Amino acid sequence: MLTYIARRVLYSIPVLFFSTFFSFLFVSYAANPLVSARSNPRLSQHLLNLLIHQNHLDKPVVVRYFYWVEAIFTDKLGKSLITLKPIWPDITRTMGHTAQLIIIAESLAIVIGIAVGIYSAIRQYSLFDYSFTSLSFLGFAMPVFWLALVLQILFVDVYNHWHVRIVYTSGLNTVPGGPAWSVDRLQHLVLPVITLFVVSFALYSRYMRASMLDVINSDYVRTARAKGVRERKVVMRHVFRNALIPITTVAALNIGGLLGGAIVTETVFTLDGMGHYFVLALGQGDTYEVMAYLLVTAVIIILFNLIADIAYGFLDPRIRYD
Amino acid sequence: MTEFTRPDGSSGLVPTAPTVAGGQPLAPDAGIDTAVGMDPGVDDTAAAGLELKVRSQWSYARMRFFRHRLAVAGLVGLIIIFGAGIFANFVAPYSYAAIDLNNILHPPTTVDKHYFGTDGIGADEFSRVIYGIRTSLEVGVFVAVVSSIFGLIVGAVAGYFGGLLDNLLMRITDLVLTLPALAILLAVTALLGGGSQWTISIILAAFFWTGIARVVRGVFLSLREKEYVEAAKASGAGDARIMFRHILPNTLGPVIVNGTLAVGTAILTEAALSFLGFGIQPPTASLGALVANGQNYPVQWWLTIFPGLLIVLIVLCVNFVGDGLRDALDPQQRRIRA
Repeated sequence: MLTYIARRVLYSIPVLFFSTFFSFLFVSYAANPLVSARSNPRLSQHLLNLLIHQNHLDKPVVVRYFYWVEAIFTDKLGKSLITLKPIWPDITRTMGHTAQLIIIAESLAIVIGIAVGIYSAIRQYSLFDYSFTSLSFLGFAMPVFWLALVLQILFVDVYNHWHVRIVYTSGLNTVPGGPAWSVDRLQHLVLPVITLFVVSFALYSRYMRASMLDVINSDYVRTARAKGVRERKVVMRHVFRNALIPITTVAALNIGGLLGGAIVTETVFTLDGMGHYFVLALGQGDTYEVMAYLLVTAVIIILFNLIADIAYGFLDPRIRYD
Repeated sequence: MTEFTRPDGSSGLVPTAPTVAGGQPLAPDAGIDTAVGMDPGVDDTAAAGLELKVRSQWSYARMRFFRHRLAVAGLVGLIIIFGAGIFANFVAPYSYAAIDLNNILHPPTTVDKHYFGTDGIGADEFSRVIYGIRTSLEVGVFVAVVSSIFGLIVGAVAGYFGGLLDNLLMRITDLVLTLPALAILLAVTALLGGGSQWTISIILAAFFWTGIARVVRGVFLSLREKEYVEAAKASGAGDARIMFRHILPNTLGPVIVNGTLAVGTAILTEAALSFLGFGIQPPTASLGALVANGQNYPVQWWLTIFPGLLIVLIVLCVNFVGDGLRDALDPQQRRIRA
């Protein structure tokens, strides 16, 4: 088991190297961080040259990549190429906000999605099943940004009509400190959380339903029923526990989709999260900021893939690692 | 894989005799059935008593598909929506870029045929949406077709021969899977400067083929060891013949289903890219860009709701059709869905 984990971690090093290398090439060629500096009349040619030299922008891209790798280890992901602000504090701050968003939305989606999936499977083809199946179809077909905008329009309208502040439709906290801060934070997070929740919920309720139906029709469930186990116990002990196994993998592999969804959600609600940070940095062509985001998300995704594989082994003893 | 006509007059792209009789996942007696007891409603031309009726897998698939109510509804919906997009010049009451500054931000009305209202420069939102559908359709179909063909070829070669190409394919997939797909797409479109819908389509296709390649590879891996492939090899068939004649037809079901669903995913992804400003640029109509424009007018709800609603409807219909095809093209499923 330990050797398996060690091998996976070692294997992820070249994967990380290549994925960051190619993204670095893309991002470096995509936009020139000096555009804004050059158009600034207050910046002398001398300062500009200094900026170029300090950031190694006069070197070939491949060499710049290795300067960036150096900056990861010696300078905590380095400094922004444009504002010269250190990246680490920005990344940790925005990551905290994104984590709050994703963790709340994902926990709700998993718990409610699994509950709905179970009930839909037990009452297959009932009104409940049909309505939630239709809802999940809708969830799959809905662009995340559109859902976010519809929610925004709705609550802007509520505010304009009745002047009641139920939730905020953009930004983050306006109140400093204390319990008022927590309420304020929740008011800001409600709409982004609903947006991310809907997409994941559609996924989990569908998977859970299919997975339950798979297990319900298996031989050992028929045996359990035949020997007189009560239906409730059959469902909870024999069906539910086994149906849960594939869901853990789906949930762990969903992290990439969630981070993508967070990019869009945070952009619409101008939430100060990683995704918003990434889109801003990409627009300015700030290679180091963009790369910081890509590196952090790549590590997160690789980590979750590893967790998915290990969890699968624990939950399903038939799986062997060798 | 050839197009030909069955004795009963039905035609299709069909696996020929050795594939059907070879004892692979297709049932051995597939394709032959008596007319007695069959539903007379569906393309049943030979109604004569006990005559042997030969049905191809494809005619079964067609029957199953048309029994799938949601799939048929989806197909009808797609025909209407895409029809409007294709004939946008005739359907749209105004030109895409006609500016009417006397008539800005007008709510939806039937008076001047501004069914979806007008936007900040007085352009007719309905016409813009109709032209946007055309762009979405072109992007979706292009991405699905190109990525399916490319994925089919790479997957077939990788699955059949294994070795270097197989390794390379799997490593590329690993790389693509380490980053959030949307983030890479944003970076690449920023590099290639988005703008044109064809650039966007090519970029999307370059990402979508890996999914189809992996599906095809899986089928090839499992089928290349089958007895009927061995038999074909023993009777002197070359690699190309085995690949394209004997194994490939088995992958067409999953490829068609994946390709159909890819149309929906491509439309959604293009919309997201355009919405974030890295996709198709303003002179070309795009549903995602229209929604992005609507974002500037939170009170003028019609500018956001209608283009987005069209995206939802298109993707919903595509997914219904894809689901119907999945059920219809599964050769193990002999039961005809009610």
